[in-house]
Amino acid sequence: MGLTYSAEKLRFSWDGKRDIFRDVSFSLTTGEIFCIIGPNGTGKSTLMKCMIDILEYQEGIARLDGTDIRTIDRKTLAKRIAYVPQGYQVAFPYTVLEYVIMGRAPYISPFSSPEEKDLEIAVMAIQEAGIMHLIDKSINEVSGGEHQMALIARALAQQPELLLLDEPTSHLDFGNQMQVLSLIERLKDRGITIVMTSHFPDHAFMVSDVVGIMKDGSFTTIGPAEKVITNDSLKETYHVDIRVEYVEIAGRKVCIPIKNQPGCYCPVKG
Amino acid sequence: MDSVEHAPVKNNPVSSIESIRIPEIAYDLNVIKQKIHIARNVRILLFILPFAVMFWSLFIGRYEVEPVTVVKILLSQIFPMERTWTNADETILFQVRFPRIIAAVIVGAALSMAGAAYQGLFKNPLVSPDILGVSSGAGFGAAVAILYSTAAWMIQLSAFAGGILAVMGSYFLSKLYKSGQILILVLSGVIISAFFGALLSITKYVADPYEKLPTIVFWLMGSLSSVRYSDIYAILPAILIGGSILLLIRWRINLLALSPDEAKTLGIDLKQITRVIIVCATLLTAASVCISGIIGWVGLVVPHLGRMITGPDYKKLLPLTIVMGSSYLLVMDDLSRTLIATEIPLGILTALLGAPFFAYLLWRRKTGWA
Repeated sequence: MGLTYSAEKLRFSWDGKRDIFRDVSFSLTTGEIFCIIGPNGTGKSTLMKCMIDILEYQEGIARLDGTDIRTIDRKTLAKRIAYVPQGYQVAFPYTVLEYVIMGRAPYISPFSSPEEKDLEIAVMAIQEAGIMHLIDKSINEVSGGEHQMALIARALAQQPELLLLDEPTSHLDFGNQMQVLSLIERLKDRGITIVMTSHFPDHAFMVSDVVGIMKDGSFTTIGPAEKVITNDSLKETYHVDIRVEYVEIAGRKVCIPIKNQPGCYCPVKG
Repeated sequence: MDSVEHAPVKNNPVSSIESIRIPEIAYDLNVIKQKIHIARNVRILLFILPFAVMFWSLFIGRYEVEPVTVVKILLSQIFPMERTWTNADETILFQVRFPRIIAAVIVGAALSMAGAAYQGLFKNPLVSPDILGVSSGAGFGAAVAILYSTAAWMIQLSAFAGGILAVMGSYFLSKLYKSGQILILVLSGVIISAFFGALLSITKYVADPYEKLPTIVFWLMGSLSSVRYSDIYAILPAILIGGSILLLIRWRINLLALSPDEAKTLGIDLKQITRVIIVCATLLTAASVCISGIIGWVGLVVPHLGRMITGPDYKKLLPLTIVMGSSYLLVMDDLSRTLIATEIPLGILTALLGAPFFAYLLWRRKTGWA
């Protein structure tokens, strides 16, 4: 089992005039965690949607094992790549089990329903996400963090090789954030490749193998967290002073935003 | 790749905690399977309900036939028996009551299934089968036919065609806007409904007020009083095709409850499933309307009832709407022919009783979405 995913010079624009992102290139191999950080509105989510062919990029090419993803049919793609969106919408109050079992859709023919095997895989995924206690609960009644876990469980039920997580930790409290991150680490250990976007550079130190900083529609740097996340790069990205310090208790580097003096360094973006 | 099933568990602390839990999970899985099994058996048992109501319906009606006689006539179909009843009794039973009961069952089931499917497609529990204008199209078709002809089959054919035409109008109008959004389809349905509503008004306006107009008005009120076997045979193919395709794809309808992006990444061809649902629901509704006239509320209320019982999963919900819809409309039709000395048009009764019933469901707040 192996997977390579590569993107070459992707460009995307809604209207053909203003690029959301351009010249985006990277490549991933089995079991890697690629963490994309960057300020709001730089096109992280859009890039992710292009990666799984929900949105169509205008230039460049994205390949899964050498094949242009646009030529792979949705069903095959869904068996290999799962996507966990940032927002979610459920029109009816399905139970968590019914919700997660929807992840089996690519394996179920249009004229049939989930079978015992699908049920077993869905239950395993629910267990993996640590939400067995919610299995009979209505998805509309669980908390935001629990819904996030149910979404991840649904993605796991797809048995993907590549998992795309769009802001998996936003809107979550510390406890839930750590739960999601340790789940991501466990998934990596069993060979699932993960791409995640995040607002928190800290999370890149915690789980990532490769970090890409995205700003104004392209990657400024890509590399290991140690090298990429520095005082300078963060300042350039977020326009505030951020100190990257090693903290002994945590056993890793952490990022600490320093509140600016008013009028000290507030460049207006043009 | 069975990455979930055969997980190579590495030895980090979290995974080892997970591995301790496994026996308990195995037990849980059996409990879950057992629960699902029991629920399925209960649902299968529910299929007795429409048959019980059908049997009961044979005994009631304005023309009195002794219950014993009804049983005797029924038994005489299987066992040779001495004839102690009049020809009229037998005609009432087999030519009047029986076709009407069958029609109520079919129309109730068809409208409920179409309503449930549309509620899934439009992600909205307040949607009814006529959202894309099938009723106003059928109403106009029927009215025009009544204007020019009195043959029942002409009226039915014209109503059926009008219904299909209206839905096609809504669908292709929505395509013009080049927006993939489902809301555009709803708005197109509103536009087409209003348009055919106006055409219907014109037809009524020019209709002969003594002869034709009452016929049109009665047709629009909806009734099963004049249903014959031939009507049932005529609509049966459309009902069977629409109904069985919806039943086959019913689990997939669930995926429409998710955002379009999510559905796509789960490998769903949204355009295709949208078209399939529209075609099937339109076949079901247009076929029903053309023999019964316009009967509202069934397609709205019954899916709610179903969701209260079994939840929103279409795998369970859609078969249940058949059970509930057929029984519900049959009971309504029984009431319409027995409640008062003259017959109450079925469409009036379903709204008259359906509206307060729906209000009660909302009040219960267990409709499955409120």
